[in-house]
Amino acid sequence: MIAGLDVGSRSVELVVVDAAGRVVLARRVPTTFHPLRQVAAVLDGAAPEAIVATGYGRDLVAGAGLDVPVTTLTEIKAHAAGARRLFPGARTVVDVGGQDTKAIRLGEGGRVLRFEMNDRCAAGTGKFLEHLAGVFQIPVEDFGAYALRGARAVPIGSMCTVFAETEAVSLMAGGAPPEDIALGLHAAIAARTAGMVRRVGLEPPVVFTGGVARNPCMVRLLARELGLDPLVPEDPDHCGALGAALEGLARANGAPDARGATAPGAGG
Amino acid sequence: MSDHKRMWEKLNLDIEAHDGLLEVLGKFYGDIYMSQDNRLKGMEYMDFVLSEVHGLRIKELQDAKAAGRKVVGTFCVFVPEELTLAAGAVQVGLCAGAEVGSARAEDLVPRGTCALIKSFIGFKLSRLCPYIESCDMIVGETTCDGKKKAYEAFAAHAPLYVMEVPQTKSAAARALWRAEIVRFKERLEELTGKAITVDALKAAMKTVNARRRVLQRLNALRAADPAPISGRDALLINQISFYDDPERFTAKIGELCDELEARVARGQGVAPAGTPRLLLSGCPMAVPNWKLPYVVESSGAVIVGEESCIGTRNTRDLVDETPETMDGLLDALAERYMKIDCACFTPNDERMDNVAALAASQKADGVIHYALMFCQPYAHEAMKLGHTLADKGVPMLALETDYSMEDVEQLKTRVEAFVEMVS
Ligand code: SF4
Ligand code: SF4
Repeated sequence: MIAGLDVGSRSVELVVVDAAGRVVLARRVPTTFHPLRQVAAVLDGAAPEAIVATGYGRDLVAGAGLDVPVTTLTEIKAHAAGARRLFPGARTVVDVGGQDTKAIRLGEGGRVLRFEMNDRCAAGTGKFLEHLAGVFQIPVEDFGAYALRGARAVPIGSMCTVFAETEAVSLMAGGAPPEDIALGLHAAIAARTAGMVRRVGLEPPVVFTGGVARNPCMVRLLARELGLDPLVPEDPDHCGALGAALEGLARANGAPDARGATAPGAGG
Repeated sequence: MSDHKRMWEKLNLDIEAHDGLLEVLGKFYGDIYMSQDNRLKGMEYMDFVLSEVHGLRIKELQDAKAAGRKVVGTFCVFVPEELTLAAGAVQVGLCAGAEVGSARAEDLVPRGTCALIKSFIGFKLSRLCPYIESCDMIVGETTCDGKKKAYEAFAAHAPLYVMEVPQTKSAAARALWRAEIVRFKERLEELTGKAITVDALKAAMKTVNARRRVLQRLNALRAADPAPISGRDALLINQISFYDDPERFTAKIGELCDELEARVARGQGVAPAGTPRLLLSGCPMAVPNWKLPYVVESSGAVIVGEESCIGTRNTRDLVDETPETMDGLLDALAERYMKIDCACFTPNDERMDNVAALAASQKADGVIHYALMFCQPYAHEAMKLGHTLADKGVPMLALETDYSMEDVEQLKTRVEAFVEMVS
């Protein structure tokens, strides 16, 4: 049994697959300020033979001295592999997670052809939505449904979390319906995300993964921006961990380690 | 060491801050360079030169000054070093690769200015660079808008001379550049009190061409798989070429190339054969800007070339040494420098071809385009280059960053994903 572990900025996901690649376990815990403690918690009782770590904290896990062999994989390849398993025909993957957004173009056999990621700023990510939902005093899980009640999106100019908050607050003070403002915020993120997708060369079918894919308003607006309905997995948060587990299985079956085990300077 | 300290005091450096800078630099160098296994013997010279970057080399400059020679500082590969040498002066490239005093730099230039410009202004305002303080003249150039305007502000703080680099390569632009070369020659003659002769200029051309040739030889050796030298070391060599004594440097790199040749013959490398090979392309990486090369080579790839001014853009073209008249020599200089494919030119299609050709000759599996944040010319060309390379089936990753360390994790993720992609 091989585990895929996706250590993100918001949550840690675990997916364990058996030798046939069937998912036997999927779990999720928040990352908190003690990611390694959370890793231990999420692994409790799972006992895999090997772990492939992905996400922001992949190197942290690799260096944690676990008694199971750990290799790493980037989020890009992990999400590509996960989406490919869930929707074998997938050609484009959009992942909007807690702290980053990525768009990935896949070629034949699920090869990564191109990808884009947001830079060091968290604009347009789950973190942004979470912060803004707080301004509306709504749990982030309900923010999408709330925004869908908006009749007309109020244009939002700023994608900076702090400025967007200021803008939302002054729009509210100006009497705009809060649902319309919420819709406007979602529309701004959808437009930005769609731009990233177009830059990698939009090709259907498009798979939408990551925690933000649970937000119905984002799914609807992204569909409108892209002019097609994205495929959303039942469990969009687990896509990266699933991809990592599948890669681990491929590695266990002798596929070459994509990381290239030796760095320059270490060879002969 | 105390001799050095006295020298730094004489140069009016901020001694305390300077000590701090050297300490950070030393540690950074240790982490990034000394940690490499199986390094070339010839790199000992580089380690030595770098450890004495603010010591012995500055002492040499001071000695040269005491003997009546002038020191000329530059920020751009457009400044013809041949003329400086022919006038008996020493030319040093000022590095501008560290995030130093950038808060102070914002007193002189706007916040949305690239890190390179902020760095040279920061170095000057915080009195941290013994090279800047040793210069009798600093040469600026009208390349990008950021630099052009920054020099206006910088002129109040340093003995600045500005060359007008044209924006196109039309006949009129070439004539302007030819005239600028003459004007620079006259300025150098005035500064040094020495007339530049045909013989001196021809000798200087030989010296500078010899340095270009040895760096060309180094690059050609990097086409081998396994790569015989790390990209970090090759970048350092290119960086040091800007301030070391040219003749000594050429001789040392010649020896290093002999060592590399033997390695290649034995099939030895710094990483196993088949390691993904990447070409870096874009803005210059000045000392001690080693961030991206380090990230790349810690991600299971090896760098096989630098398409930048601290790289092949500076060494690709030689000057024709054969003319026998001053006019002929100046024509040859003007022509050679107008071959530089800086993104400041419009159009600049030759750069697209040059990058593609370099990727092919170095057998690169992919190209990482590197632009400093707020650098318009290179950010624009990154988009264009992406299309050119895609047509040729060469994958490219475009990165924008600066000198700070806060985005290292994000860079790592992108670079690792790119390495996975090209593997
Ligand atoms: S990139 Fe352009 S402006 Fe900068 S050093 Fe090179 S030639 Fe000069
Ligand atoms: S990096 Fe770009 S913006 Fe900065 S000096 Fe060079 S050309 Fe100008």
